[in-house]
Amino acid sequence: MVLLALLAVTTLAVVRVRNLFAVAILTGVYSFLMASVMVVLDAVDVAMTEASVGAGVAMVLMLGALHLTKTDEARPAHTALLPVFVAAVTGAVLIWAVSALPSFGVADAPMHVAGPDYLARSLEETGIPNVVTAVLASYRGFDTLGEVIVIFTAGIGVLLLLKRPAGSSGPDE
Amino acid sequence: MRLDLILRVTTKLILPLMVVFAVYVQFHGDYGPGGGFQAGVIAAASLILYALIYGLGATMRIVPVAAVEALIPFGALLYAGVGVAGMLTGGNYLDYSHLAHDPVHGQEWGVFLVELGVFFTVSSTMLAIFYAVAGRPRP
Repeated sequence: MVLLALLAVTTLAVVRVRNLFAVAILTGVYSFLMASVMVVLDAVDVAMTEASVGAGVAMVLMLGALHLTKTDEARPAHTALLPVFVAAVTGAVLIWAVSALPSFGVADAPMHVAGPDYLARSLEETGIPNVVTAVLASYRGFDTLGEVIVIFTAGIGVLLLLKRPAGSSGPDE
Repeated sequence: MRLDLILRVTTKLILPLMVVFAVYVQFHGDYGPGGGFQAGVIAAASLILYALIYGLGATMRIVPVAAVEALIPFGALLYAGVGVAGMLTGGNYLDYSHLAHDPVHGQEWGVFLVELGVFFTVSSTMLAIFYAVAGRPRP
């Protein structure tokens, strides 16, 4: 509860503060809070990822990008009507999607049917004590392959946009 | 240059621990939290820390840009290759059960190689993006 309240405060601060250096630090704070929430929820693997990616590498990249631009947010050139509309529609769709989830604590939810099954089977079938790793790398290996391809695609995309061809010097594009 | 003595010494103390922790997270992912993704990010973070303190040029001498860019597809290909190996040994794509003499051993091998592929792709992608962002001259 305290963590969620702090998350809300951090989010409001990110929206309100106009100094981008402070915003970059605040997003790091947000990631650490989120990682703490994940630890409270016993999702240690996710917490580890959130802390290292969100609070670590992403913040360094944001600060690196900040080094290339101005440190203060520019005044918006247009009215905020369209973004507000998009945010409202997206929020409404997400809330509508929540209604399709199984109700909280229902006995025949997939988590309570498939979960114990995996817990019982994974050690003897894969020999891996950590069920998260067994599910991610073996039972859902195809899904994880997709994630790796996403990272690969994102990486080469960013490189195509940002990397300077060898031999060129100075911003001449 | 001379004012960052504390940072330089502390970095030298922390860096080996970070690298060892990345390796630990990678290979202990079967038993505790962690795996290729987290280990890759920690390994990339240790190199980024080195670049922040000792400069981009020094880091690029340790891990050249060409090596980083070659490792991004290498990791993805290793992962996909394990899947093909599963097919060649008589199972479905990404079915590790036939990779070794008995299914459990095969699963362990498959997960190990797949996590290694994830590690290579994630760490080199993070590092390549950092190189690209940090290497640009300030406008």
